[in-house]
Amino acid sequence: MHPWISSLMGGVMIGLSAVWLMAALGRIAGISGIASGLLAGAGDREWRIAFLIGVVAAPWLLLLLRGESVIGAPVVSLPWMAAAGVLVGFGTRLGGGCTSGHGVCGVARLSRRSLLATALFVAAAMATVFVIRHLLGGLGT
Amino acid sequence: MKMVTALLAGLLFGLGLSLAGMTDPAVVLGFLDVAGAWNPRLLFVMAGAVLTTAIGYRWVWRGSRPWFDDSFRVPDATRIDPRLVFGALLFGVGWGVAGYCPGPAFASLSGGYSSVFVLVASMALGWWLGARVPARSA
Repeated sequence: MHPWISSLMGGVMIGLSAVWLMAALGRIAGISGIASGLLAGAGDREWRIAFLIGVVAAPWLLLLLRGESVIGAPVVSLPWMAAAGVLVGFGTRLGGGCTSGHGVCGVARLSRRSLLATALFVAAAMATVFVIRHLLGGLGT
Repeated sequence: MKMVTALLAGLLFGLGLSLAGMTDPAVVLGFLDVAGAWNPRLLFVMAGAVLTTAIGYRWVWRGSRPWFDDSFRVPDATRIDPRLVFGALLFGVGWGVAGYCPGPAFASLSGGYSSVFVLVASMALGWWLGARVPARSA
């Protein structure tokens, strides 16, 4: 299958998951919101944990079924992974969403906040990659 | 039933991420590298996900309530504030450094790379820190 087709199908599945979660539980399928709600002591832990277990288990199920891993190796060293994690967590908490909550669910609702947030985080990510790859020549290993 | 439906939604989401190529940071960074060997795959992911969600939400919202809860919980905030802007920018920088946004970070845990565990733990620390920023400032 051409990678573009498989990406389109993957996107449709992500959308179906978002629609399913809205139909069943009335919730936005935003990963940062679902997961950070666990830390914030939300009273509805069970569905959040169940959803995250599904996300974690899916690639592993694929591995069992197809015998090949879909998980790529990290491309930056451990300290950069740690720094990136803090930025992603802090930023998505402050900004109220990530690629799924703003980028998919919010853009699908044509929410002004989500449209702006999505434009900003994609632009910031592209600028960051540009600086790292084309000005600094990489982060080393 | 709530638990089972949430688990199924998570599985579908994770399968979608896997098929989409988002569990490979090289693919994600390839999309973000517009000045290099640009890889357009994420455009197809976004198009498929947004269109499906846009059509599906409209269909779902014809009902009065979700199957297993009293009401649809959709954010109603419309104000553009500094938190949204700075938060989105910081998230974007973190995404560009390592190529992981929150969904693929979780989905990649089963790959067994220890630095992915570190990234997810750091992300949780970031959520905790972000929750401590007072609503009026930042």
